[in-house]
Amino acid sequence: MLTLKKLTPARIWLLIGYAAAAAALFSAPMFLSDFRLNLLAKFLAFAIVALGLDLIWGFTGILSLGHGIFFGLGAYAMAMYLKLEAGGGKLPDFMGWSGLNQLPWFWKPFENFGFAVLMGILIPAVLALFLGFFTFRNRIRGVYFTILTQALVIITTTLLVGQQAYTGGTNGVTGYSKILGQSIASSDTKRMLYWITAAVLIAVFILCRYIVKSRFGKVLRAIRDGENRVRFIGYNPAVYQMVIFTISAALAGIAGMLFVLHVGIISPSMMGIVPSIEMVLWVAIGGRGTLIGAALGAVLMNWAKSEFSTTYPEGWTYFLGAVFIVVVVFLPNGLMGLASKFKLGKGKRRSEPEHDRVEYPAV
Amino acid sequence: MIESSILQCDEVTVEFDGFKAVQGMSLQLRKGELRFLIGPNGAGKTTMLDVICGKVRPTSGRVTFKESVDIAKKKEHQIAELGIGRKFQAPSIFPSMTVAENLEIAMRQRRSVFTVLFARMKAEDAARIEHQLEMIGLQDKAEWRAGGLSHGEKQWLEIGMMLLQEPEVLLLDEPVAGMTDKETDKTGELLIEISRQRSIVVVEHDMEFVRNFASKVTVMHEGKLLKEGTMEEVQRDDRVAEVYLGKRRDADVSRSTA
Repeated sequence: MLTLKKLTPARIWLLIGYAAAAAALFSAPMFLSDFRLNLLAKFLAFAIVALGLDLIWGFTGILSLGHGIFFGLGAYAMAMYLKLEAGGGKLPDFMGWSGLNQLPWFWKPFENFGFAVLMGILIPAVLALFLGFFTFRNRIRGVYFTILTQALVIITTTLLVGQQAYTGGTNGVTGYSKILGQSIASSDTKRMLYWITAAVLIAVFILCRYIVKSRFGKVLRAIRDGENRVRFIGYNPAVYQMVIFTISAALAGIAGMLFVLHVGIISPSMMGIVPSIEMVLWVAIGGRGTLIGAALGAVLMNWAKSEFSTTYPEGWTYFLGAVFIVVVVFLPNGLMGLASKFKLGKGKRRSEPEHDRVEYPAV
Repeated sequence: MIESSILQCDEVTVEFDGFKAVQGMSLQLRKGELRFLIGPNGAGKTTMLDVICGKVRPTSGRVTFKESVDIAKKKEHQIAELGIGRKFQAPSIFPSMTVAENLEIAMRQRRSVFTVLFARMKAEDAARIEHQLEMIGLQDKAEWRAGGLSHGEKQWLEIGMMLLQEPEVLLLDEPVAGMTDKETDKTGELLIEISRQRSIVVVEHDMEFVRNFASKVTVMHEGKLLKEGTMEEVQRDDRVAEVYLGKRRDADVSRSTA
């Protein structure tokens, strides 16, 4: 009973559901216009951040309001490559405007696509590990940790804006033309980038699922339930928190890289306080503590945002605020919580435990 | 005294903001001993357990495990790894996880991130968990969320988790609080059973329980050692009667010796 995973009807339906979702993702280019496909690709990139955030918040109980930074650093790494590829050996335009006449040393290796991708993952990961090392080991948690992540956002965006010659300042980095020699604007490339994004999302989803279902994932949930108790069983929670925070940041970095490929620009305002909080809202609305919920939340909220904000540019923020209040008050477990309530209401699986639900509404 | 001591506390003092919760307390625990630690409220019993499991650092004094390891230099999780398990007064299990999952992560195993990330549930591990579930009478509730258990069941689950940890020293803080008489007796028998292989320190208020199951008792009062000996010796002691009963030594404690 504890060893074998039986192929119960519920599991079969779940697998069919996953297969259908994957098929829908991969065939989307056949049904959507180039413009819509591009939007969907952007949303899928956001879904990757949401999955990472869910690992740390939903499953480990640590709220990070700084994921915009990890996302942004990944995006900048890719943007630097794209900018250099577009320039074809010339100095990026904003450097010239700021009076630089030579490419800074740290820009140089970003001419290599592989290096840029590696950095897009490593830089956010190392930064998270660094922050985690000094906070989790000293048992800084809860609100204090969250405030520190906000401070990280302010420091990083201020640095990016201030160092205009090296970072493009407020305008960010934009004006790309090619990726690996292919035109980035052609619909073939765009379709290919969409498929890559969909594939990465599925891979990340499988990875997260593995983590969450593993014994490691159980220890994470145990930390969420009672960090001290975990300590007296013999686990060092700080190490687990550092590892999951680092993985979470790396996933945000990957998402950032994909985002730049679809959107064509990254600037400090896209990774600041407001985007960081919005990312958390996607997870809250979708349902934290469930992977599907986090990913769906990101896609649905962004789809709603693009629909509403084109029709009512003023009303969007009010709508977002209203949705958030409704979710917090009536659906503490988000849309997935609603779905499982509905299932329970029909009298199915009542005796089964709900593994992934978060019990307490607070952080 | 020639017998090897598994745990030795020497002159332990704990001070909180000038208040001395424990003052120069010494305690020696032999292998396979079941020791009861009693005393009035505020005597420093729980603080003593906190010191041994690393939750509280002693202001002065030494705690030595297996005659060589200095506990004061270790972190909580390292002390737990060494083989000192703690059960807290309030049942502290992981409420959002199932009963079986609670036992799974408590089970004795390597606890580094990598081993845990790639850990597979082996048949023997599953058998151990199954066996433990039967022992604590929760085999039918293995897939329940632990938060949904009754108070007594939570206590049992926590005891089960601690046993799967396979510690050499078990520290139990009021393990029978909130249990029915039947459950209390069952717990006492279990403790005697466990103490054949492991050493146990039990902090307890339930004197009935202590009388029924204690062989050696340590009495603490105002952070100090008041008396140590068999239950009979302790009950005959005038000072013990005084702190417990306010000088009316004819009452509860001595009557039960008859």
